[in-house]
Amino acid sequence: MQIYLPIAEVSVNAFLLLGLGGIVGILSGMFGVGGGFLMTPLLFFIGIPPAVAVATEANQIVASSFSGVLAHLKRKTVDLRMGCVLLVGGLIGAALGVQLFNALKAIGQVDLLVKLSYVVFLGIIGSLMFVESLRAIMKSRKGGGVPKRRKHTWVHNLPFKMKFRTSGLYISVIPPILVGVLVGILAAIMGVGGGFIMVPAMIYLLGMPTKVVVGTSLFQIIFVTAFTTLLHATTNFTVDMGLAVLLLIGGVIGAQIGAQIGVRLKAEQLRVLLAIMVLAVCGKLGLDLLIQPAELFELGAAGGH
Amino acid sequence: MLRFLSIIALFLLSALPTRAEEIVAGLSQNRVSITATFVGSEILIFGAVKRESPPPKDSPLGVVVVVEGPSAPITVRKKDKRFGIWVNTDAMELAAAPSFYAIATSNTLDNTISKLDDFQHLISVERSIQISDNPFNIDDPREFTDALIRIREKSGLYKRLENSVKLAQDTLFETRIALPANLTEGDYRTRILLTRGGQVTSEYETIINVQKVGLERWIFNLAHEQPLIYGLLSLVIAIAAGWGASAAFRMILRN
Repeated sequence: MQIYLPIAEVSVNAFLLLGLGGIVGILSGMFGVGGGFLMTPLLFFIGIPPAVAVATEANQIVASSFSGVLAHLKRKTVDLRMGCVLLVGGLIGAALGVQLFNALKAIGQVDLLVKLSYVVFLGIIGSLMFVESLRAIMKSRKGGGVPKRRKHTWVHNLPFKMKFRTSGLYISVIPPILVGVLVGILAAIMGVGGGFIMVPAMIYLLGMPTKVVVGTSLFQIIFVTAFTTLLHATTNFTVDMGLAVLLLIGGVIGAQIGAQIGVRLKAEQLRVLLAIMVLAVCGKLGLDLLIQPAELFELGAAGGH
Repeated sequence: MLRFLSIIALFLLSALPTRAEEIVAGLSQNRVSITATFVGSEILIFGAVKRESPPPKDSPLGVVVVVEGPSAPITVRKKDKRFGIWVNTDAMELAAAPSFYAIATSNTLDNTISKLDDFQHLISVERSIQISDNPFNIDDPREFTDALIRIREKSGLYKRLENSVKLAQDTLFETRIALPANLTEGDYRTRILLTRGGQVTSEYETIINVQKVGLERWIFNLAHEQPLIYGLLSLVIAIAAGWGASAAFRMILRN
């Protein structure tokens, strides 16, 4: 069934959009990533104008993250306190990121920077996670008892300590805020919720248990993407309600299914799958930069980047 | 004064006889409404040649139909290999390029209209693309406009429909022009030109009005006139859908 999208001004198949929303929703519920880094390129591919795709994508992530968070809240796998601390950092970071983005836009070549930062960050995070989780799986296969998770590092010697009961942590608020700021900056530049950076940062930098990480990441993503949606709607008029509704119907159902699958998988397996997905996207983007495109020219809105 | 008027009258009289043939045309619809289920539309353009004297035998009759969508500025970018990776290097801003452009002719384009008349009447799509100030950093602007035409032809927005105007007994003509689903709103200028031996002898012009209606219209207006409310409404829908799905799943899992 073809449907005409009022803001994007293109006609697309409604079931295709429902399906795309569903698949990305499943991943979102499973891994605690918003799925923006997957959905945005997919929307480009089916012919949605980039500006509309990026803005509408943010709106859809609000829906699937909200749906996912509710599922996690019920199982008490959301660290609300940690989420709020990260959010404070995230909003500061987003504000900084927008400034940085505009400064780079003035110099030109912001497109290239966005793509390169995707490749670099996805590559680093993906391979680190892949290696680490494979090691963890090997260890558990050998049956080496309970792995020692809590190591005492410099992170634990900072001031302003706070108790995060759900995560079972008693650490300073400085590292979570810094992680939030960093993710916020990257999210603003790369135009995504930042879950795929947030999740590994929480696991490896903050030492949070994987089970809590997913829900907490989703909780934080809701606010960041809601803010982004409003920003796009009021300045660029590029949020397409029709597109958003179709994507989010698929997305919220997918997120619920994803959250169910997530409970049944082991934490290491979950991480290895996320790592593979991150590496796949990284590889695709890297190849795009290396291989000569069939069409050397492309069309864009006037004055856009 | 009288002399002046008589000169004008004389001038008009001398100009009139060349208009031996005149075009009379109609469209199956002057209005295209874009609804949520819009999948494109086909416009039938038809008409006849009105003449007072017998048609000239020596030069062949031709009909050219041009449908042109609203123009908008656009940027064309070119990729090049730098340090081993493909990046956008050059960009050219075009002041105006039509969002849709279809030319239908009764023969091949070259056989229907002469190069000179094509130029004077702005028939080929190249003539409707305006380069703003000649960009000093671009070696070959032609390369960029060609790319624009190539990309839009591929996506069905620019069409060259040769031999698609049916001519019956050198008097009646008709053609069909399909408007794709990804139409932009606005007035679509429609021109029908009559040619004799490649020279334009008569021209008819009308407008096809393409507009969003119903829900599409409402959403579009709200997004542009009340952006904050629109943004908040989008968020409310998103939150409600998220909550709804979660509640529904809880019920399913409980049973």
